Amino acid sequence: MITMQHVCKTYKVSKRDAGFSSAFKALFHKEYEYIHALDDVSFTISDGEMVGYIGPNGAGKSSTIKILSGILTPEQGTCLVNGMTPWKNRIAYVKNIGVVFGQRTQLWWDVPVMDSFELLKEIYRIDTPSYRRTLTELTEMLGLSSLLQMPVRQLSLGQRMRCEIAASLLHDPEILFLDEPTIGLDAVSKLAVRDFIKKRNQEKNTTVILTTHDMQDIEALTDRVILIGKGSILLDGTIEDIKTGFESTEEALAAFYRSHHI
Amino acid sequence: MRKYLAFFRLRFSMGLQYRAAALSGVITQFAWGVMEILMFRAFYRADAEAFPMTFQATASYVWMQQAFLALFMVWMMENEIFNSITDGNIAYELCRPVDIYNMWFARSLANRLSRAVLRCMPILVVTIFLPAPYGLMRPVSFSAFLLFLLTLFLGLWVTAAFCMLIYMTCFFTISPMGVRMVATSVVEFFSGAVIPLPFFPDGFRQVAALLPFASMQNVPLRIYSGDLAGKEMWQAVSLQIFWLFALTFIGKLLNTLAMKKVTVQGG
Repeated sequence: MITMQHVCKTYKVSKRDAGFSSAFKALFHKEYEYIHALDDVSFTISDGEMVGYIGPNGAGKSSTIKILSGILTPEQGTCLVNGMTPWKNRIAYVKNIGVVFGQRTQLWWDVPVMDSFELLKEIYRIDTPSYRRTLTELTEMLGLSSLLQMPVRQLSLGQRMRCEIAASLLHDPEILFLDEPTIGLDAVSKLAVRDFIKKRNQEKNTTVILTTHDMQDIEALTDRVILIGKGSILLDGTIEDIKTGFESTEEALAAFYRSHHI
Repeated sequence: MRKYLAFFRLRFSMGLQYRAAALSGVITQFAWGVMEILMFRAFYRADAEAFPMTFQATASYVWMQQAFLALFMVWMMENEIFNSITDGNIAYELCRPVDIYNMWFARSLANRLSRAVLRCMPILVVTIFLPAPYGLMRPVSFSAFLLFLLTLFLGLWVTAAFCMLIYMTCFFTISPMGVRMVATSVVEFFSGAVIPLPFFPDGFRQVAALLPFASMQNVPLRIYSGDLAGKEMWQAVSLQIFWLFALTFIGKLLNTLAMKKVTVQGG
């Protein structure tokens, strides 16, 4: 069970015009702007639900994921995930969640993938039988068998991403946060990742929150969609709610963004 | 504890795979050692009496320093740690049930040890056979050798704890370059990496001996060559232990502060 209530997060951003003279001016007087990344965001997600979290660039999707995964502390509001506040007692909290940041890497660059996995086994104190079981399962579903012995630097993006997802799931988390997990993947890898997420949700009842710009991800995976723009939730429903009257979801979404000036 | 050991193991085995780097390191360190010893030879020829250490002891100091360079050089920090802070990959590390300080500390120790293990052997073996007074002398006594090993380890620990402070300040500035550069040159100078501390003038020397930098390579290298012994040696060892705790404490404090204010940008 995930509940977020009235969560606000503001970033202080220094800004100046381009060019030498404004750079010089900024030496003496810095101007800051406060950006409301999240402005009174509330939602509830029940166990085993799969939710697509969408919105234009800079809407606050990643900020939400970061708050939910305990990395960011909001200024206001409460957030409870399985009864715990993510940013309090981080180490105890993160044991039960799995996070994939599509734009970052968690695998050790210069060593085989397997070494990173073994490290995670120790970090999460996974006992050997269940580690083996999960690993076999993941290897099969994500097609990793030929990749595990390769150094991470020699993997392609899609191959690496499948390994990243496996790495985030080795400890069998109850909740999975996926921040753009299909970014830059080819069709085959994309389908593999989607199938995998779906199976995981059906078989283990894992709660999944997924951010993406790929509407096909959303259509293939989630029933419920939360749409965020400029830090506020604009819609909490199904993709059909937006889609009515449009041929493609992409167009529908673009029209929706335009009509809300986001 | 086991998880940090796992970090140690992985970083250590990773360090062992860079063979070409180790080979070029060994060559560089030989060349550097020869140069330094020749320079000191010129000084000693002018007036050997003017120096607080014998030429033999100085040569041993230099060779031991070159052999264990990787344990003590502050500039050998882990770029991956700096990068993870500046590019935000730290996000992943924060999603793990690990303490950032302990994890990085284990990594730093492993990194330094793996480098030193690869590099020290050829240097020690060759220099011990160099003719006196240019080579590495045998340890003055067995107990001095044991103390050398102990203080070598303490010195490594102090160095790693100091580097942790630099990693931690990186959370508070956008670019680590400035802090890193200043810290590196200060440490080089005050730790006896450029010139052994006994060579410095009175007054300055006594103050420098109290600083944390003197608790790094200065103590083990001088114990080995027999320059540091008796009461003065025990003082130095106690100072090492003191700084070890003090630096670790400050580092952990900074860690706690950093965790409170960290913002992962972008993405």
